Amino acid sequence: MILDVDLETLPREDLEALQLRRLKALVERVYENVPFYRKNFDERGLKPADIQSLADVKLLPFTTKQDLRDHYPFGMFAVSRENIVRIHSSSGTTGKATVVGYTRRDIRNWGRLMGRCLAAAGLTSQDLLHNAYGYGLFTGGLGAHYGAEELGATVIPVSGGGTRRQAMLLRDFGATAICCTPSYCLHLAEVAQEMGIDFKSLPLRVGVFGAEPWSESMRKEMESRLGIMALDIYGLSEIMGPGVAIECAKAQNGLHLMEDHFLVEIIDPQTGENLPYGETGELVITTLTKEAIPLLRYRTRDMTSLNPAPCRCGRTFVRMKRVQGRSDDMLIIRGVNVFPQQIESIIVETEGLSPHYQLIVTRENNLDNLEVQVEVDESVFSDAIKNLQRLESKVQKNIKEFLGVTARVKLVEPRTIQRSEGKAKRIIDMRNPQA
Amino acid sequence: MKVDQLSIFLENRAGRLAEVTRLLSEAKVNIRALSLADTSDFGILRLIVSDFEKAREVLKQNGFTVGRTSVVAVEVDDTPGGLHRILEMLRDSKVNVEYMYAFVQQSGSNAIIIFRFDRTDQAIEILQQNNIPIVPGEKLYNL
Repeated sequence: MILDVDLETLPREDLEALQLRRLKALVERVYENVPFYRKNFDERGLKPADIQSLADVKLLPFTTKQDLRDHYPFGMFAVSRENIVRIHSSSGTTGKATVVGYTRRDIRNWGRLMGRCLAAAGLTSQDLLHNAYGYGLFTGGLGAHYGAEELGATVIPVSGGGTRRQAMLLRDFGATAICCTPSYCLHLAEVAQEMGIDFKSLPLRVGVFGAEPWSESMRKEMESRLGIMALDIYGLSEIMGPGVAIECAKAQNGLHLMEDHFLVEIIDPQTGENLPYGETGELVITTLTKEAIPLLRYRTRDMTSLNPAPCRCGRTFVRMKRVQGRSDDMLIIRGVNVFPQQIESIIVETEGLSPHYQLIVTRENNLDNLEVQVEVDESVFSDAIKNLQRLESKVQKNIKEFLGVTARVKLVEPRTIQRSEGKAKRIIDMRNPQA
Repeated sequence: MKVDQLSIFLENRAGRLAEVTRLLSEAKVNIRALSLADTSDFGILRLIVSDFEKAREVLKQNGFTVGRTSVVAVEVDDTPGGLHRILEMLRDSKVNVEYMYAFVQQSGSNAIIIFRFDRTDQAIEILQQNNIPIVPGEKLYNL
């Protein structure tokens, strides 16, 4: 079903006219209300009135995650605090987190877009959605929740964790759809299996999976093993949260980007130059309707390509390919954003460890595993096993506490971690989402 | 009365132990006693060698993390209760044994046990008061 059939199937021409109208208004708005953008415009000698076509978007400055951090927490907001009805934040230690706000209308739009996504996934008011995205500052839980309510489906706000209980609720409530990270769903299925609950025998028929990169082969495995249809959803808190794009159940071939609310581009991450349809580059999003924290040309760091061909589901929005990777080195471990620098600061602050470390990410039993290898510092080397083990568990505890992910810490011999010239190779990601 | 023990950090990787023995053999350093403590990730190899400084130098040059630990070598009657007597007197003085390992000399009827105490000096005092023979480092290195 197409929730907003008039908008989602707009002829490209009409869609572009709508986008241009919204873009012009947006540029006026940010120039008036966001000092960061005003300063930037003035420095470039750019006036809002210079934006006369969609192609003129190239004249606008990029916005990066660092810009959001630099204006932590509310510096990028375009409306006064009394008009903000909700705050969300990405994970991270203080200073690393990015904070976003929503006006009442932003929340309404978000719910609507997420509702469209669930409709594209084949959900109706008849469905029962088991929402295992985390509720809280993370946008996943509440984002999916509002979308389900907008659609009129029954939402079960189970949130993350308590896997055995989740398996029990899936069976007892008979949910027909589930939202979570793909890795969590597989884990949940395994736990259910151990409890004697076979996913295939449940009424569950569709999974809307996002918040971490996953592959086409993973989809196939999930579909055959769990007996559900698995769909990819895309979103990021800086732009809104989940609901920016989704695969339709009809074609399962690319994610429809909600273009009436987002103007998208693909750029070469090195040069910043625009790339044509079909070429892989970094996705850049301009929020056309966001009130609280509108962003111009936000660099998502997600690598993908766009396909403008109409989909057989009837939607005319461009489709983005499943995210191929990230142009920076942010890691997503079980849905949690982890920057190597965050782990680095924990290691560096731990006495007895050298700053030489490496992060090794693997996927075992469909769950991400993070191993932190650190070289032992010669100066404090102890011959007592317990001291070294204490060191390991201290780092492990701090990573869990500050970043919210469980890592395995492994001490290694000095000079065994490969040194590289210039930027260190900190990450060995063996999950290989493209495989 | 203390003995210098070489402690070497070893990752659990094939060939690491052999690398240590190769380096020592090439440096013509003799291993007098050894003990290997291990966890799932790493191990610590503890060695008493004929030439501490030389062994440390060659291992360090080849990238090993090595430490010096003071241990005490005690001669123990190779008869039932020999070790027990020593542990009892240490217990009574509340000296803790962090770890220990034993080896038997080629000649002589006594065993030598290497002790790592939490309070080394106090332990030596107690042993001496009780006339327990302590093997000095020099003698041990040249056994």
